[in-house]
This record gives sequence, C-alpha cells and structure tokens, in this order.
Amino acid sequence: MSLEAKLTAERPGFTLLVDLSIAAGETVAILGPNGAGKTTLLRALAGLVPVKGHVSLDGEVLDDSVTGRHVPTERRHVGLVFQDHVLFPHLSVLDNVAFGLRAQGERDASRVAHGWLDRAGLADREQSMPHELSGGQAQRVALLRTLATQPRLLLLDEPLSALDVTVRAEVRRELSRQLADFSGVRLLVTHDPLEAIALADRLVVLEHGEVVQEGTPEEVTAHPRSRFVADLAGVNLLRGTAHGDHVTLANGTEVAAPEAGQGEVFAVIHPRAVALYLARPEGTPRNVWRGRSEDVDLHGERVRVRISGPVPLVAEVTPAAVRQLRLDAGAEVWVSVKATEVSVYPA
Amino acid sequence: MLLAAIGLLLFLLPLAGLVVKAPWSQVGPALGAPETASALGLSLLCSLCATAAALVLGIPLALLLSRTSGTLRRLLRALTTLPMVLPPVVGGVALLLAFGRRGLVGSLLYQAFGVQIPFTTTAAVMAETFVAMPFLVIAVEAGMRSLDHRYEEAARALGASSWTVFSRVTLPLLRPAIFSGAVLCWARALGEFGATITFAGNFPGRTQTVPIAVYIALESNPDSAIVLSLILLAVSIAVLVGMRDRWLGAP
Repeated sequence: MSLEAKLTAERPGFTLLVDLSIAAGETVAILGPNGAGKTTLLRALAGLVPVKGHVSLDGEVLDDSVTGRHVPTERRHVGLVFQDHVLFPHLSVLDNVAFGLRAQGERDASRVAHGWLDRAGLADREQSMPHELSGGQAQRVALLRTLATQPRLLLLDEPLSALDVTVRAEVRRELSRQLADFSGVRLLVTHDPLEAIALADRLVVLEHGEVVQEGTPEEVTAHPRSRFVADLAGVNLLRGTAHGDHVTLANGTEVAAPEAGQGEVFAVIHPRAVALYLARPEGTPRNVWRGRSEDVDLHGERVRVRISGPVPLVAEVTPAAVRQLRLDAGAEVWVSVKATEVSVYPA
Repeated sequence: MLLAAIGLLLFLLPLAGLVVKAPWSQVGPALGAPETASALGLSLLCSLCATAAALVLGIPLALLLSRTSGTLRRLLRALTTLPMVLPPVVGGVALLLAFGRRGLVGSLLYQAFGVQIPFTTTAAVMAETFVAMPFLVIAVEAGMRSLDHRYEEAARALGASSWTVFSRVTLPLLRPAIFSGAVLCWARALGEFGATITFAGNFPGRTQTVPIAVYIALESNPDSAIVLSLILLAVSIAVLVGMRDRWLGAP
C-alpha cells in the first residue's frame, strides 16, 4: 500500500507542483506557511480539485491526465479530516459516525459506529448533537467518522489548529494513538512544527506551491533550506556563494567559515553563537559587524534580539546582557560570530 | 416625522377599518354559509397544491440557479423573478395565451388529448404556482449560496453518492430556507387574485378562491366579504408571527 502523486494544480495566485510518494504505515506531514498550497494538495488527492498529472494509491490509478482517468471522491476510499470537525449538524454523534458506513452499504452501521465510539470512550455522547460537544470531542468524533470507513489514505487538514491549547495536547495524544493503529497512508497538513514533529515520520516543506525540502524532522531542522524552516528551527539562515574559507552574501558582505567549499550555499548560525558587544571585540572572532538592536523578545530564560546591519541576525543573550547593552533602546552594538560556528551546506 | 406618521397611518387605517367595521355578530353565520366554506376549502386546496408544485419544481430550479454563474445566471434569475414584479393579471393573460385552447401549448394539448386547462381548478393551481414559486426559489437559492459546501465534501469523502449527499446532507441543511420559502410561497398563493381570475375565471366550487369570493361578494353580500377578508388577515398575521424570528428578529 502506498501513494504516488506527481501532480500540478492551478490555483488563483500560484501553481501547485508536487512529486510525492508515501509508503503505507508512514505518516508524512506537509508543513508550510499559509497560502503555500497545503490544503490544495489534500483536496487534489481527495479528488475535489482538478489536477494534471498522475495519482495512484495501492497501484490503482486515481488521476491520470494522459488517459483522462479521474476517480470521483466518493469512490477513492480516502478519509478527509478538516480543521474544524464539519460534523453534520442535523445528525447525532452516532449517525455522524454511521454515515460513511451506511453510504458504503454496511447493514450494521449503527452497531459498528457504536463500537468505534465505545473504544474511544465516547459512547455516552452518541445521542448528543454536534453542537452539544466540546471542540475536542467534536474533532475526535470527526476522526472516528473518517476512520470507521476504513480509508486507504487518511488526509488530515490541520486537525488540531482550531482547538484550544488546553485540549490540543489531549486530542494530539489520541490522534497519535489512532494513527499508530491505522495501516493505510497518512498525510497530515499543518503549520505547527510541534504537531508535525510529534505525529510525523517525515516532513515535506511546501512553499509557494512547491516542495522546498523533505526528510525526517531532524534532517529538516538541521539543514533548513528556507526562511520558513529556519524560523521553525529557530536559527539564522543566510544564503550566498562559497569561496573556500568564506561565504559572500548577496549584499557583498563576507562571512568567514572554514571549509565552506565552492558555489551556492546556505549558512546557518545559531542565535546562541551570536555575541554582542558595546566596543569592538579583539581577538579570535573573524566575523565582526556593526549592528543595531531592532526588537527584543523573551524566550524562556533567554532573550532573543533581532539585529539589523550588513548581516541581519537573531542573537540569543541573557536578560543581564540586555540591561548592560541597553538593547531595548535600539542600541548600536558590535556583532561577532566565530567562524567555526557558521555551518555551511550546498544550496 | 409627520410624513412617517402619515405613512404609518396609510398602513394602519385600512386595517383598523376592517376590524372596526367588521360585522362581528355575523362571523359565525357567514363562516357557516356554504359558499364561504367552499371558497375556503378551494383556496386551501389550491394554495397547498401550488406550494407542493413549487417545492417539487422550485428546489431543483434553485439548485440550478445556485450552480450557474455569469450571463446565464443573470438570465435565469431574471426569468424566475419576473413573476414577482409582473402584474398578476398580465401573468394570467400570458398563461391563457400559452395554455388556452388556442394557446401555444394549449392548442396541441387540446388536439392531442382533448384537454382544456383554462377555467378549471388545475388552472387556478397553475396561476398560483406561477405567481408564488419565485418566493420559494429565491429563498432556497439564498440558502444554497450560504451553505458551507464542506459538509457536502465531507459526505462525498465518506463515500456517499451524489443522491445520498443531496438527500441526506444538502436538503436537511437547507430545511430552514426551504421552510421559510414554502411559507412565503403559500401565503402568496393564498392571496392570489389577478392571475387566477384571468386564467381560471370565477366558478364557485371550481375556481372561486377566497380573494375572488371577496371581490364578488363585496357587491352582493358585503358582510361575507369582510369576514373572508378578516380570515385572510388572520392568516397573514399568523404567518408573520410564526416567522418573526426569521424576518422581524434579524437586526
């Protein structure tokens, strides 16, 4: 069982262009900023958006623009879970879960639906109407409604983002448990990196309709290839041309980095490796620039300072340093980064 | 302020006249009179039939309207809303020219089956449907456009066929819109006069509905006309009260 998708879909403002294959039992998270085309991708795989290209599931062709084949949504056996539950407001919880089973011709739909609700500990709510449920319960019922039809492909569209922070963790645990029991292909769309890392085996980063990076959560955050991922990982991302022992940025600034190699590269600098001084530092650091504190933000016990200058960076310092350097007052500072703290990899 | 007061009085005075001048002692006997009972029964039958016809034909029409766009939509919309602004008597004439014995379709019907529609109860129902259906179509179309289509997408993803999606998701979600459209349509059909008298005529027991009976009785038996008018007024107020949350409650 696996999903193979090589498709393009035209949307107002951008073109979605994706080449994706997912094995059964694998959970892939599509991560990306708003408007990147994540939801369009899910809708395309569900057959709700016309696509060009080829989509197949378990060897069965669902879409093929060469042969003109298009399997309609209702015959794809895909499960779609929306951001907000989209439970049918006129049906009880039990009838919502039984809906798909009835549509598939299951005679014992009510009993099977009851079984699903019972195993999830929601049997006491089965006569409730959707508007009587809490947000977390409604989303759990929506998940059961989809799983009860035993789809081959599970498509989750930001399933937790409409929930309160307090219930999000609880629903995430349940989702994680249900995903582990589900044997088909699992695809999760999210803009929340924590959700992606907690639930997914592999991340696919989508920006402006195109895949910019994919890999395990560790691989992706270790070598960001876009500003979006760098922000997720909380690191500074620079792009430039490597010349052996330094990288030249687009504005001409040279950043010293040992063994930078040659050609187009990304350079990552962790905010903790960025040091700030009132006077020009002497000694080992080879990267020293003037900068100006633009913005100060508390992160746990550390403070993140956004510095503008020839190399815009985020520095992470102690609250004591903020006072000493008067960073919150738009202070002029010296910025230094050790060459060995600049991690370079090909673009 | 003065103009507003005059405007209000224009609405209020006739109603007051109707209520004050009503021969209240005659209400019982007038209601019991056979011609009144027959007009009431016929009105109820015709308006309910017209509402049923509007539901059967109007809901698909509303769906079609909500799924078209551009010029076609404007054209269809103009066509369906025309009976709302057309003088009813013109509607009656038009129906006569289409379905009359020498009409566009009527002549064929007469030649082929010997069927004559004008001046029958069927004609009264057709006239009422013609005038009242737009109210239902407009209400259902508006409901359809404000519907969250993800419910239908969710149903499809769960494996429901087009018909199952329509009957078990779309229609139930549209129920409030269909209900208010049907009530409006029924109230309009009940009061229909111009198109009915033109196309169906004035035959007691066959086509003489309450509004027509009121008009005729005003000459010969004013008390009966006033009592029938009171009944129609009561129905209008009942509709208004019953639908107040939908029409009057909205800010």
